[in-house]
Amino acid sequence: MRHGKYRFIIGFLAIPLALYGTLVISPFVQDFQISLTDWTGLTPDKHYIGFDNYRKIIHDHLFWQSLWHNVLLLLIVPIVTLAFGLFFAFMLNVGGRRKGSASVAGVRGSGFYKIVFFFPQVLSVTVIAILWQQIYNPDPEEGVLNVILKDVGLGSLTQSWLGDPKLALACIMAVMVWANVGFYVVLFSAGMSSIPTEIYEAALLDGAKRFTTFFKVTLPLLSDTVATGWVYMGIIAMDAFAFVQLMSVNNGGPNEKTDVVPLLLYKTAFRDNSQYGLAAAMGVAMLVVTLLFAVLTLRLSRRERIEF
Amino acid sequence: MGSEINRRDALKRAMAVGLVAIPSASVLTACATSSGGDKNKPVATGTKSAANPLGVKNGAPLEAFVFKGGFGDDYIKSAEAVYNSTYGTTVKHTGTQAIGPKLQPRFANNTPPDFMDNSGADNLDTAALAKEGKLLDLTPLLNAPTIDDPSKKVSDVLIAGTVQQGQFGSQAMYALNYAFTVYGSWYSNKLFKEKGWTYPQTFDEAIALGAKAKAAGIALFTYPGKYPYYVHFDMFAQFGKVGGKDVLNAIDDLEDGALQVDAVKQVVQYYEELAAKKLFLAGSEGKTHIQMQTDWTKYKAALVADGSWVENEAAPTMPKDFDLAVGPLVGGGPSDKLPFGTVYAAAGEPFIVAANGKNPAGGMELLRIMLSKKQTDNFTNTIKSLTCVQGAADGLTLTPGLASASAALKAAGDNVLNARIQDWYVKLNNETIGNLTAQLLTGQINAAKWIEQAQKACDATKKDSSVPKFKHV
Repeated sequence: MRHGKYRFIIGFLAIPLALYGTLVISPFVQDFQISLTDWTGLTPDKHYIGFDNYRKIIHDHLFWQSLWHNVLLLLIVPIVTLAFGLFFAFMLNVGGRRKGSASVAGVRGSGFYKIVFFFPQVLSVTVIAILWQQIYNPDPEEGVLNVILKDVGLGSLTQSWLGDPKLALACIMAVMVWANVGFYVVLFSAGMSSIPTEIYEAALLDGAKRFTTFFKVTLPLLSDTVATGWVYMGIIAMDAFAFVQLMSVNNGGPNEKTDVVPLLLYKTAFRDNSQYGLAAAMGVAMLVVTLLFAVLTLRLSRRERIEF
Repeated sequence: MGSEINRRDALKRAMAVGLVAIPSASVLTACATSSGGDKNKPVATGTKSAANPLGVKNGAPLEAFVFKGGFGDDYIKSAEAVYNSTYGTTVKHTGTQAIGPKLQPRFANNTPPDFMDNSGADNLDTAALAKEGKLLDLTPLLNAPTIDDPSKKVSDVLIAGTVQQGQFGSQAMYALNYAFTVYGSWYSNKLFKEKGWTYPQTFDEAIALGAKAKAAGIALFTYPGKYPYYVHFDMFAQFGKVGGKDVLNAIDDLEDGALQVDAVKQVVQYYEELAAKKLFLAGSEGKTHIQMQTDWTKYKAALVADGSWVENEAAPTMPKDFDLAVGPLVGGGPSDKLPFGTVYAAAGEPFIVAANGKNPAGGMELLRIMLSKKQTDNFTNTIKSLTCVQGAADGLTLTPGLASASAALKAAGDNVLNARIQDWYVKLNNETIGNLTAQLLTGQINAAKWIEQAQKACDATKKDSSVPKFKHV
């Protein structure tokens, strides 16, 4: 019978493993293989040149600057997105005044807010980027943001937004947060609804206020969901390609102040003399950074689980 | 017959891949880089005749893969219709904006389409393709008779500079740039008449006009910060106007110290002064080209450095009585090497034919059809742009902007400049120097710094062995 069991297991595993191997592992291996060549992507022939491509990116100041922008995105975008997501989800599910018999309730109109928050999630990144490009239009009469600032008497704060090297990256980060926060509101709402109300009731009996309830009850019980969200957000932040490519001035400008590695990789492979080998080496570097991030996050967030 | 065998082969191959893929993924590691097609695939050839000088085979399939951008692709379809009825086939047509990402795997697998319009922001590097021997030398097309007048060769009717524009450091022409673009400072004649302004001929006049315009609440210039190289349309050509063609050619050839000359200094200082006097529309540095054109058609700025496509592109926001016109290059004055009236004009929209396609003769023939009077008239009438065929716009009723461009080109005579750095070293011009220009126009750096840094960038490109180099011949 043992024999039959293994055959059974192998029978089930073969197809998913083959798919994983073909669609996930093999591109990684190919990428590494290409990174050791001078391939242009335009011909079938290529020559192996050892680690020259890696040597080149190590000495490329633009690569390091782009990587630094990715790191900034990685540090800021997930924290802000998750903090907003948690805050909104808490207010929508727990933070409201008690009505009637329900011991926990969201603020008034929470169903409506949920839809509003989720709305950007149904728009494609392109739509979001074009939309925000109009909002960030520096024109004092057409740029939505500048018009609003002027109308509320803050005319001195009007900016050229995406055209300002000091602000451009922050502007793009804000859009990334806006676009992603809705998903986490829904994710955390689902997590919060699985927390038993008895725990909240006990906290209320002890006289806990909203603030305490959030930090002492909700957050600890949601930590698994937050950790998962963190990894997802981190991957989005490591990419950021579409947002930067569509929104930034001069393809990662002004003055390369918004360039990120995936955009640099794209430009290297598809434009700048079609250097697929060099671009593949950047891809490998990105893979290493992303893996490090995932391992670190999962390690640091590992803690004992509370059963309820 | 040929396609039958290929299909069967392809099926067999697909089945083989399917069988191999499941047990062993490692076999596939060579997939992205493997050569898919046969190197010696059959090439369709027919008998050459007076009506068919390129020897197109009747009924042989032809695949056209074209950029569908500002010009659309109807003008290509119109030529394809003629091809279809002449050669008894149906051209397989694909119009897309993502030329590069879609064509790259086909080139890598040696199965490129026959005929391509390699244009747009995502285009493939034509120079790199030419260097890899992927493109057909179009010299037979240049030597073929034209459709309208068999006594003339195709090369005889092209506007000067068109052939050079398709050459990459040798005599072979790999790309036929079909549209002819006139660049310059574009303005509304109506606005200028209304305000009593005249188009400036010198830097001093431009700055004086800027002061007048500023008093009227209008900025002298605007530009799209998203694409700062728009400013180079004027700026680099002005290097040539002030210092002569040699200065421009030296820059194109990446010669040492090519930017550290007086002509360049004079022009860049003019831009520094414009920035210092705040004659650029505020916020230009954060705008897209559409936002920039919208401000300009709303009379918030007097001039934009742009190409003749602007008439088509800005049409949705341009008032009916705008009366679009283009001015020749503004220069230093009588001391300039080239007179006032010099313009920057170049052929654009590169059409290429694959060297190892199935029907190269058909690809060239389609280009020959596009150069016929019927097709160039159609292009100019519907797209409001000039073609690379001499005098093709004569006798047509032109829109104001096109008429102005056509007149400026005629008046310029031989004084037509073309900065090849813009298509030879795209990254250097658009992004690296573009970044410097963006800083110059916002006053973050001065002219001396621009020249120093731009020269450094040119030197770095010259040293970079991964960048193919070109020289004026």
